[in-house]
Amino acid sequence: MTTLARSAAGRTKRLAIGVPDSILPWVSVVGVLALFDILPRIGLLPRDHFPPITETLGTLGEQLGEASFWEAVGNTLQGWALGLGIAAGLAIPIGIVIGSSSLLYRATRGLIEFLRPIPSVALIPLAILIYGTGLQSKVFLAAFAAFWQLLVATLYGVQDVDPVATDTARSFGFSRRQRLFRVTLPSAVPYIATGLRIASAVSLILTVTAELVIGSAGLGRSINVARSGGNEELMYALILSTGILGVLLNGIFVRGERRVLRWHPSQRAGERRA
Amino acid sequence: MRAVRRRLLETGLEVTVPILVLVAWGLASAQSETYYFPPLTDILSTFADTWLFERVGSDVVPSLVRMGLGFGIAVVAAIATGLLLGMSRRSRRAAAPIVEFLRAIPPPALLPFAILVIGVGDSMKVFIIAFVCVWPILLNTIDGVMGVDPTLRETARVYGIGGRDRLWRVMLPAAGPQIFAGMRTSLSLALILMVISEMVASTNGIGYFVLQSQRTFAIPEMWSGILLLGILGYTLNGAFVLIERRVLRWHRGARASALS
Repeated sequence: MTTLARSAAGRTKRLAIGVPDSILPWVSVVGVLALFDILPRIGLLPRDHFPPITETLGTLGEQLGEASFWEAVGNTLQGWALGLGIAAGLAIPIGIVIGSSSLLYRATRGLIEFLRPIPSVALIPLAILIYGTGLQSKVFLAAFAAFWQLLVATLYGVQDVDPVATDTARSFGFSRRQRLFRVTLPSAVPYIATGLRIASAVSLILTVTAELVIGSAGLGRSINVARSGGNEELMYALILSTGILGVLLNGIFVRGERRVLRWHPSQRAGERRA
Repeated sequence: MRAVRRRLLETGLEVTVPILVLVAWGLASAQSETYYFPPLTDILSTFADTWLFERVGSDVVPSLVRMGLGFGIAVVAAIATGLLLGMSRRSRRAAAPIVEFLRAIPPPALLPFAILVIGVGDSMKVFIIAFVCVWPILLNTIDGVMGVDPTLRETARVYGIGGRDRLWRVMLPAAGPQIFAGMRTSLSLALILMVISEMVASTNGIGYFVLQSQRTFAIPEMWSGILLLGILGYTLNGAFVLIERRVLRWHRGARASALS
């Protein structure tokens, strides 16, 4: 027994008794936070570049009471929502139309494959020229980047429809329209939902990029202003807040996906296990 | 016969439509008086003047080196960490909230941080590229390792395959397809972050060139840079797919024979 306890397996076991699985994530979070609080305080990390995390969190707390902070958050969210909305409004219908016709798909495939990998940030200078440095530039970039993600997801979704289902619908005399709404769309929804979640992240990234590079109002610009003003605590607080924003938006989409696809997973899960 | 004709038509369309679009762009912009949209022929001749091969050494090579280094560091770090986390449930649980949070930060928001801590040099750009590319590869490696067929896992254990052999001959190949999927996502991220980091703080590189051209209203130069970035994105993606096919040839073969 004692030899067992001394072995490697025994060591993890003993740790396991100390820290139950369920609170492990909390332990690591607190651990990392403590590390970034202590290291700057004892001088292992340069304090002028890394303010102790408690001070950063304090600044973040103060910011929560500032109108300017919420204005920046609002500006960022506005760019994100408009970019994602425009991308969705264009990409999903276009994807459905192209995806349901093999002729159209083949005709546009080369074009899509060429345009998709173009880094959207390459268009930043063009956006500045055409739309200036305001909201429009931000939305253009976010919509452009999100569009391709969603278009490709929709295309895959529409093409992945079970042929048996389509044939069944056809032999039961479903019209083209009925087949679209009752067969094609429902089976493409999981792909579109995943596409939306990724497009949402992409839209947020491009919004922040535009704020940072072009200088449109929003969290990205505030971060840059805080850095050039030498206000490190504020800079870190704002970076943290963009992370929190990212986590929240992602969470919303994950939950939404689960809700919308409630009818679906049963079938999916069975399929995957097979 | 009809099927053959239809297939011919489809292939024909696939080839001709992109060419037609290009021709249409050329014709539509030929008489262009709009300052921001110069004729395509102007852009192409500027492209030849600028990128063949005058600025290759001064801008293209530094950009590609930064990108390659950042991507390479990310691949090594992410696969190593991913293997560790994938094989231990507890460390995975412990790391989950931190990974989720760091991943959710929009990457450009970290640029001011990197500039502050590392400065505006090359290492800042390599750092930011590596930092951002890590997450897709890491998460895919973890998923890949977790998804290794239990039969395979147990067979390896029964035959006493452990340590390094288990890692190199069982885990890595089995997780390979997933790891490559993550690397492909990261590759396009690397290109994007290369451009952004050069736009924000740099004195050379393609991103710097494009933004600088816009600021000095050298519009054909700006377009030529955008074109180059597009070609770069397309070529990198294509090259990666070729490498992936080669490395994972056994996988495709195995799948094909299992399906038939």
